[in-house]
Order: sequence, then structure tokens, then C-alpha cells
Amino acid sequence: MLTKRIIPCLDVKDGRVVKGIQFVSLRDAGDPVELATFYDQEGADELVFLDISASHEGRETIVDVVQAVAGSLAIPFTVGGGINSLADMKKILRAGADKVSLNTAAVLRPELINEGSNYFGAQCIVVAIDARYDEELGSWRVYTHGGRKPTEWEVIDWAKEAVSRGAGEILLTSMDCDGEKQGFNIALTKAVSEAVSVPVIASGGAGNAEHFQEAFEEGKADAALAASIFHYKETSVKEVKAFLKQQGVVVR
Amino acid sequence: MIGIVDYGMGNLFSVSKGLERLGAESFISDDPKELSKSTGIILPGVGSFRDAMSLLEKQGLDDFLKEYVAGGGYLLGICLGMQLLFDESEENGPAQGLSLIPGKIVRFKGEDVSGKGYKVPHMGWNRIEFKQTSPVTEGLEAEHVYFVHSYFADTGDAYIMASATYDVEVPAIVAKGNVFGMQFHPEKSGQLGMSLLRNYLSLVEGKEKA
Repeated sequence: MLTKRIIPCLDVKDGRVVKGIQFVSLRDAGDPVELATFYDQEGADELVFLDISASHEGRETIVDVVQAVAGSLAIPFTVGGGINSLADMKKILRAGADKVSLNTAAVLRPELINEGSNYFGAQCIVVAIDARYDEELGSWRVYTHGGRKPTEWEVIDWAKEAVSRGAGEILLTSMDCDGEKQGFNIALTKAVSEAVSVPVIASGGAGNAEHFQEAFEEGKADAALAASIFHYKETSVKEVKAFLKQQGVVVR
Repeated sequence: MIGIVDYGMGNLFSVSKGLERLGAESFISDDPKELSKSTGIILPGVGSFRDAMSLLEKQGLDDFLKEYVAGGGYLLGICLGMQLLFDESEENGPAQGLSLIPGKIVRFKGEDVSGKGYKVPHMGWNRIEFKQTSPVTEGLEAEHVYFVHSYFADTGDAYIMASATYDVEVPAIVAKGNVFGMQFHPEKSGQLGMSLLRNYLSLVEGKEKA
């Protein structure tokens, strides 16, 4: 039986991990390799690196990060942020990442999903969706540009479209819940997970171990991603997994 | 020295880094002449079966691999590389494989016997179970390993060293003589994955010494 995955997300800016400051035990909390190794040892099932570099020069450094991480990590990892072309995907995947995550670029030019999927296979292509509830729409709307721009897409429609074009996984972030630590958006996660045939990663809102259980059992998520609660040691991957195991959720 | 086959598809870097962590020397090449100097070969690969075979054929690597194995050389296929070891695949219409292990590559149905749907690809950590003794699993305990695939090998029990369950029995480690295949990614499967690779390296080293 496939286990439910716990995925810490690391924000990388100009080649350095930001927000990792609470790891006093680490020599250099900004070093992607040190943090990645730490999470690997903690029992993380996968890692996501999100490149938030604003400049072109900053983004160039992600390839070095990927190479360094790939050299030391024995679990899979995904890289997202600023990937706009097949050439970008090639660079990241050849440097040793297992998957790339597409967000804004895929909405602007959906063929990008086909191109990546045809070239590397669907298992390499994650489509990240930023979702916010929209009264007018009566459903969730897809946002791009780091959640700043609303699009015409309704989330479930876009998720289905992305999968039909070759997305192998959906990374679904609830903007309504993100940062609130009140739990994942169960209704959204369930709706998308039941609408598509590929795995769905729930993201946004994790505050404690129970929230992960909800995301898996009620939200039907295949994996759950969190950043700050792990980075700021409010809980640990180990603790979350121990709790889930106790609750009968199958984890590694 | 392990030769890693580069035919334009696959995460060569993570395989070679995995070997590096184990202290093994390796080189990446698409040239049969170069690869023939290796003491053992790893055939990695992600992507589609048909594309992979046509790329192998273009470089003459298909015939080379068959000759290499016939000459007693060790070969380990990983993920798509494992699937290529079989006779044929139904991915994107039937395509012929290397026919080093009897069997056919088929797709997960995505629906169980009761008609309930399940996710494809089979992506994530799944526990494997050892089915018979094999030099690659010697001394190891079955654990979770990392899978990412939509197709699996339909093959005889004789060739299945380890398997996982995902709706059906999924061959995880296959072997026939000096040919081995792993459907999951040992280089991404934590401790157990590294130990499996180490066992393969020991086999190859044993041959080097002999």
C-alpha cells in the first residue's frame, strides 16, 4: 500500500534557503544541502524547493543548488519557481531534480505541460495551483504570479485540463488557508483529488499533526506539504509521522 | 568501473551521484565501445518506452547491451530502464524491448475489480516484499522504496525477486541470470535503496576480482 507523503517546502532565494533560521543546530541554516539532509534524516518523504529569486542572476543559482542537493539527498525532490520553458525544465532535471513544478507559466501557455510531459514523462511534471474561493464563481479560482493575479480558470477545470495535458501530480495551495495554521482546505483538496486521476499534494494551512490526518482522510490528499511549522519547529516531520501512524494512517 | 548508459533519457546525475556516495567509480557514456570497458552497466531512464528504444537503437546500444549480457556482463535497469529489459510494452502502441527477461509492460488499469478508481501513476513510497533470495537483496530487510511509474512488468514468478502491491502485484526487483531490474528508484529510496545499489556493486566487484 502506498504511504501518505509528508513534504517540507523550502523557499530558496539567490541560492540560499530563507525562513530556515530556527535551526540553531545547523551550522548554516541557509545552506540548502544542510537543510535537505536534515529533513531527509527526519523522515521527510520528499522535498520541494521553491525558487523565489526575483532577479535573473538569482534564478541562475538554482541549478547549482539542485546539483548540490541531488548529490547528497537519497529522497526525491521537486523544484518550482520561474520555470517558463522546456529549456528551463531540462536544466533543472538534468541537474538532478526529480520533478519540476509549473505554475504561472503553465496557465499562460498550457502547451508547456504537454511539452514537458512528452519529453520527460508525466511523472516529472507537477502543476502547482494557487486557489482562492470566489463568491461570484461559487467555487475556487486559479491565481497566478504568486497569488497576485486572478485568472479565468476555475480550479477543478484547470486541474483536469492540466492532467489531460500530462501533469503527473497536482500541488494544490489554498490561498485562503495559507499561513493561517488552521488546517488544510479540506473541501478544496477533496474536490480536486476526486476530480483528477493523479496524486494531489495538499498545501497551505498546516498547523499541527491532526491537520495532516484530516488532509489525508477527509481531503483524500496523497501527500501534504508544509513550510513554516517545520522550519520554526512547531512540530517535526518525525512527530507528525508518529502521530499519523498511531491514528492508522499508513506512512513510511 | 560502472558504466551508466546515456541515451538522452533519464536522471543520469542522480544515479551517478548515488554511486559516488557509495564510493563507486562510474562513468556516463552513449558509446558502446566505451561502455564495453565497464565491469557492470546501469541502464537508467524515465520517459516513454518507445522513445527510449528508438534512441537506444539509433546508437546501436540495443545490440550492444544484448551482447554485453550474453558475454556475462552485469546489467541493472532502473525504472524505465528495467521495463526496457522485457519483450515489449503497450505504451503508445506496442513496441519491442530488449527481450533480456520474458514479459510484457502493461499499464495500471486505474480501476480495481469493484470498479473503484485509483491514482495512476503509482507515485510514492510503497513497501516491497522479498519473494525469493537474490544476490541484490542479500542481508537486507524489506522496507519502503520510492516508485514513480504508470506501467509495470507482467512477467513470470521465476523472475520476480521482490514485489509491491498497488491494486495488482507490481514486480519491484526482477532478475534473470546476470540481468537485474528495479522498478523503483534505488537512488531515491533512502537507506534500503542505497543498500540495494551497494549489493549490485558487490556483485560487479566480485566479477572484477574473479
